[in-house]
Amino acid sequence: MHAALSLVLTLFSVAVFFVLQGAHFLAAVQVIVYAGAIVILFLFVIMLLGIDKEDVLDEPLPAQRPLAIAVGVALFAGLLLFARILQPTGASADRGSATQGDVANVERVARSLFTDFLWPFEITSALLVIAVVGAIVLARRGGPGTSLDDDADVDLPVSENGSRPHVGAGSDEGPAAVLEYEA
Amino acid sequence: MKVPGAWYLAVAAVMFCIGAIGLLVRRNALIMFMCVELMLNAVNLTFVTFARMLDDIGGQVFVFFTLVVAAAEVVIGLALIVSIFRRRQGATADDVSLMRG
Repeated sequence: MHAALSLVLTLFSVAVFFVLQGAHFLAAVQVIVYAGAIVILFLFVIMLLGIDKEDVLDEPLPAQRPLAIAVGVALFAGLLLFARILQPTGASADRGSATQGDVANVERVARSLFTDFLWPFEITSALLVIAVVGAIVLARRGGPGTSLDDDADVDLPVSENGSRPHVGAGSDEGPAAVLEYEA
Repeated sequence: MKVPGAWYLAVAAVMFCIGAIGLLVRRNALIMFMCVELMLNAVNLTFVTFARMLDDIGGQVFVFFTLVVAAAEVVIGLALIVSIFRRRQGATADDVSLMRG
């Protein structure tokens, strides 16, 4: 729970960094999507499942924790080393400047997004639709491919092809359960 | 007020390493997801910083795509965690190593 709230704080700080660097559209999107949607989703899951009781502290791999910290420190050292060696270079911006000029940042992002990156943008929409469908399938009662035996508290007749009959929106099941899943 | 880009990169590197260490150390699946989010945010910050340093709008557009992918990943991941939790108590990553239902 505290981790989630601290994550909100960190994400807001990153949004402030975006504003400082002139990326106003991304700052707004960061606040809305990350701090407004993703972390709220995290908090919903935490409170729904009630898992801030205890943490599992028995380690099946005793060497994992120091090894992980060592790997992290080595990663940081490697990043610093690469940052010392390599200098960022790039060709001159052929798809528009990021900061200069009198065109607003939102318009720049939109112009680049709908001209140069139009095809990835469309693929992004397909990805979102797939994610929504996948979440609905996963959030069904019992999940995909399970028999009704797992649902001990519902007693429903099973149709012949094994698919679940129509389940009304009960107290603890969302609208996802209304959908019939034809296996 | 112009902060040099190297400081943003340093903050992003620190955030990425904190996320990586957390991902490696913790066993709770939710905490691991949060660490992945932290790492993604560090990379976003790096993208925006380089977009400013190299004066190219493409970095900011890429951050947009990263945001969309992160949102989709969180949706699917949390649905998976909830469905794991329904089946067994606790969501440590070691319990689900068997890839069976």
